[in-house]
Amino acid sequence: MEFFAISLLNGVSYGLLLFMLSSGLTLIFSMMGVLNFAHASFYMLGAYFAYSLGLQVGFFPALLLAPVLVGLVGALVERYGLRAVHKYGHVPELLFTFGLAYLIEESVKVIWGLPAVPFRVPALLDGPLFTLYSTSFPKLRGFMMLVAVAMLLSIYIMLTRTRIGLVIQAALSHPQTVEALGHNVPRVFMLVFGGGCALAGLAGVIGGVAFITEPSMAASVGPIVFVVAVVGGMGSLAGAFLASLLIGVIQTFAIALDWSVAGLMKTFGVAVTEQTPLYSLLKLQLSEVAPVLPYLLLVLMLIFRPKGLLGTRAD
Amino acid sequence: MLQQFTRAAALAAALAATGAAQAQTVKIAFIDPQSGLMAPVGINILNSWRYIADIANQKNWAGGPKFEIVGFDNKLSPQESLNALKQAIDQGIRYIVQGNGSSVALALQDAVEKHNERNPGKEIVYINYAAVDPDMTNSKCTYWHFRLDANADMKMEALTSFLAKDPKIKSVYLLNQNYSFGQAVAKAAKEYLARKRPDIKIVGEDLHPLAQLKDFAPYVAKIKAAGADTVITGNWGSDLALLIKAGKDAGLNVNYYTYYAGTTGVPTAMGAAGEDRVRFVGYWNANNEKFVGSDIVEGFNKKYKDDYYTMATYTAIAMLSKAFKETKSTDPIKVAAALEGMKVQSLNGEVEMRKQDHQLLQPLYIAKWVKVNGKDVKYDQENTGYGWKTEALLPTYVATQPTSCQMKRPK
Repeated sequence: MEFFAISLLNGVSYGLLLFMLSSGLTLIFSMMGVLNFAHASFYMLGAYFAYSLGLQVGFFPALLLAPVLVGLVGALVERYGLRAVHKYGHVPELLFTFGLAYLIEESVKVIWGLPAVPFRVPALLDGPLFTLYSTSFPKLRGFMMLVAVAMLLSIYIMLTRTRIGLVIQAALSHPQTVEALGHNVPRVFMLVFGGGCALAGLAGVIGGVAFITEPSMAASVGPIVFVVAVVGGMGSLAGAFLASLLIGVIQTFAIALDWSVAGLMKTFGVAVTEQTPLYSLLKLQLSEVAPVLPYLLLVLMLIFRPKGLLGTRAD
Repeated sequence: MLQQFTRAAALAAALAATGAAQAQTVKIAFIDPQSGLMAPVGINILNSWRYIADIANQKNWAGGPKFEIVGFDNKLSPQESLNALKQAIDQGIRYIVQGNGSSVALALQDAVEKHNERNPGKEIVYINYAAVDPDMTNSKCTYWHFRLDANADMKMEALTSFLAKDPKIKSVYLLNQNYSFGQAVAKAAKEYLARKRPDIKIVGEDLHPLAQLKDFAPYVAKIKAAGADTVITGNWGSDLALLIKAGKDAGLNVNYYTYYAGTTGVPTAMGAAGEDRVRFVGYWNANNEKFVGSDIVEGFNKKYKDDYYTMATYTAIAMLSKAFKETKSTDPIKVAAALEGMKVQSLNGEVEMRKQDHQLLQPLYIAKWVKVNGKDVKYDQENTGYGWKTEALLPTYVATQPTSCQMKRPK
């Protein structure tokens, strides 16, 4: 029971971090149709900005400032980069962000160096939040969950309940009409792109301090972000939320289970020994293949339900 | 026309002159990660090589030839390492050193063997300072490979002999990286524990991907659920640092018996939480019984603001220097022959390169993570205020293991 509860908490908190990471990607895609390959790089920038700012002003101000800064960088990228290639269609946009990802990674290496930077957990968040049976749950993970949920709520309220949110939504489906009504549509797009990047930056601050801040952190989360976006349904924020939690929980519990095909065959009375053909494959435990499961999910989802869990687009 | 000719001749002469100067400098290719999760470890060790090479150059250990270490980033990938090897060969480098990851080491060992077979007169010597898969000096042993670290079986023998004396240990969990080395550690641990302490139960065993995981919380939950009181792990670098960090966060109360708790990043992750709980087995530590090597530890810290722990760099440069001096040559063929059976004085006493399998025979230390006290624990690690206290010193004959190596030697 203790194990189940702790694993569930671990899974959910990891899932929420994934959601923070991928919500920006989903937002940008649903609003602008741009598949941002550099999204994980903005996540990394968030971590590094917060690390550097944190040395000057402390962790909590940095937690707010770093995403703003990342958002600004994102807005500049949209204004002076993406907008220029926008007129050539989606493929050049995609290639642009692809190149940008490398550019950001190399810049980070040049500025902060190759090794990980010592991004320390602030004293306030260091230590156990509560103890469940005999396992303590770290404050930082609780904070991670809190930030993610707060973020989800505020995006939702902003998009559905505020004027700017309505303009954004309208600009997506009827850009000409919105423009005719006197709104600056390119600026709306800039805002969305910057905002999406800022969300990734926020996730970066939390992820960087919780795990490790180093130049390959973007590359290591890059693929999983796309899994979340595809499994959840391209452009669906609620889908991304669901998919993140699903992937977080699946991965955590897969590690916990020592199931294997060999074990399954044993319960049916078929003995598996080292002489059995494909033994090395049969004895693979679920815990060993855990890191691959999200990608398996991605492939299966694309085959059987290409629009994703909650996606609305069929194309 | 004439002018052109003289210019070309002058250029040729200049080139020849630099060529002659280079013959006095022996370049050593360092093929290890300098980017990615394991970069901090790789860079620390690269600095260690450079530091020892500088000392050797200043004091003229080799009686003429100078050492130069050239870094090649292999990103911890066997494929990238083979490219790096090719690059090094193209640059005329005849000595390579590598240590991080037996997966890489096995690929290099094989590639060096093939290269040397196909290119007589251009042989490469491969000094392996830390990859400890036992196979490399047993079933897969080769002539051009020399291992300066104790192999995984030797270390496990020492670790389990020590562990067996603690009657409080009842249930052990094995958590290792999923590649040849991690698998070797798990296998040896099971075998030796069954022999030395059959009453100890292995309550769980896991292999996880190498240098990819960032979140060890699920593994910690599993260790806890299994009711382990001790974790034996061969994890190194971020894989150990993040494991101990996650264990600390979850309040996991176990002893860690490790191979590499001294590597970059781990001391910071342990901090106070590791006190009296984390041990490692290795060929040396800064707080050894007589503080041998303290000048190097202090000098390295001053220069790089980092800890010197890869003492094999010292052994390697000392051995190469001796071989250069004895043979009056830097030719890999002569040097490799001289290295066989060589004995030198290293920082852990006299060590011997066993001729039969090219495995260095040396004493092993077991050390525990405690507060610095200025007496037997003088040096801390990564400015944590904690350091390694030598708990046991196993003399060479205890730490030595038989080998099954049947080496093919060049004629």
